[in-house]
Amino acid sequence: MDQLTESMITIFLNDQPFQAVAGASESLLDFLRHRALATEVKCGCGRGDCGTCAVLFDGRMVKSCLVLAAQANGKRVYTIRGLGRDALMANLQDSFIQHGAIQCGFCTPGMLMAAYNLLRIKPTPTRSEIRQGIAGNLCRCTGYQKIIDAIAAVAGKTAFVSEAADSLDSPNPTATDQEKAKAGYLLLGGG
Amino acid sequence: MPVDSKILPFRFRCLEPSNLTDALNLCSQSGDQVAILAGGTDLLIKIKRQMVQPEILIGLQRVPELQQIQTNEQGLRLGATVTLSEAEHYPAIQREYSALYEALRSMAAPAIRNMATLGGNLCNASPAADTAPPLLAFDAQLRLQKSGQERLVRLTQFFLGPGSSCLAPGELLTEICLPAPLPDSGSAFLKLGRVSCDIAKVNAATYLQRRGTVCILCRAAVGSVAPTPVRILQVEQLLEGAVVDSNLLRQAAEAGAKAIVPIDDIRSTAKYRRQVCQVILEEVLQAAWIRAGGVL
Repeated sequence: MDQLTESMITIFLNDQPFQAVAGASESLLDFLRHRALATEVKCGCGRGDCGTCAVLFDGRMVKSCLVLAAQANGKRVYTIRGLGRDALMANLQDSFIQHGAIQCGFCTPGMLMAAYNLLRIKPTPTRSEIRQGIAGNLCRCTGYQKIIDAIAAVAGKTAFVSEAADSLDSPNPTATDQEKAKAGYLLLGGG
Repeated sequence: MPVDSKILPFRFRCLEPSNLTDALNLCSQSGDQVAILAGGTDLLIKIKRQMVQPEILIGLQRVPELQQIQTNEQGLRLGATVTLSEAEHYPAIQREYSALYEALRSMAAPAIRNMATLGGNLCNASPAADTAPPLLAFDAQLRLQKSGQERLVRLTQFFLGPGSSCLAPGELLTEICLPAPLPDSGSAFLKLGRVSCDIAKVNAATYLQRRGTVCILCRAAVGSVAPTPVRILQVEQLLEGAVVDSNLLRQAAEAGAKAIVPIDDIRSTAKYRRQVCQVILEEVLQAAWIRAGGVL
């Protein structure tokens, strides 16, 4: 390991510690996809335009292509996979299916993350606020209307009772997570 | 050769100091080939597009001193790495610094605002930086620190040209200081972009103070119409000491549009910029005057 340009990075990915060596110039997106095999995070443009690489990082939604893996060391990261059992995310997923808000599906992980982030901050947004909430996410298939319909249908319905949503409020990993990391407990996500 | 913008093509060292003293020491010890990483939303794209090729990156996200927001009777002090989202959701900014709040809301998309920082937006020194016109209108001062030294620089003196500022080698922008709002004052910001979260073709902010029907203080600033974001003194001189009505605001906006030096570029033409600059200047002057309690 080149001490100058590589380092051991530990992130708390979907509540599980994950550790791998990363280059200093490796983006969080590459780290998630290629090291943690969290391929639910998509790479669209790689420069912050399209939003399909959105993850929750340190309690806030970010575009993982514009974060360095080194910046994520010791932080919590949630992908949509980690929010699968979250009531709000589950409702959004159902609503996307019901409203036909998915065609090719490539933007969907980012769209769901943007919708989740919006409704967490503002549970009853107007349609205009929904548009602003997903303004950083490009979809080349649906024309956005069905996505907005899907989000609007969920808005205001969901009570926030989920572990993930709670722990987002305390972004620093807990001691038990740290201990798990020390014990070398690793998570490898599927494809 | 086409540039693959999906990867970071250079190998660099990434240093993440955990306090301000260490950060300042690192900045002064490192040579020219150093880049300061705040939110990364501009810098990492520049590195991917091979526009900058640093050997060392100094990341500031773990420096708590730079993340603080404080208000007191003198005004508002914003740490350089306060994110655009944090500033946008800060009650005192929403309440008393309307032009800044409106600028922050208009910038990029939520996921970018969650990373991008106020200091980064200024140090990137884009002529189109949306936080610059409101901060110029509020007459912001910047605290620039180098290990063992510090100086306060008015924002009007900070920008030197596209991508260039008066930051000396090894110097770090640590704090943005805004004076407390004056009684009977108001401010507003507007921008014109292609779509909502786009980079501005033109942006403008004004800050007015009113006594009765007279404007006693005016600061107007625009971006994307000159090599740097600029104050427009022609507008300010017309309004200060004058009885304000809608005609005067129109004249001031006309004078402002004549004073700017826009260029043709990928986002717009000089002619169009001049025309819309007049329109949005008039609108921000009206909005600021009404917010200051004035009548039109």
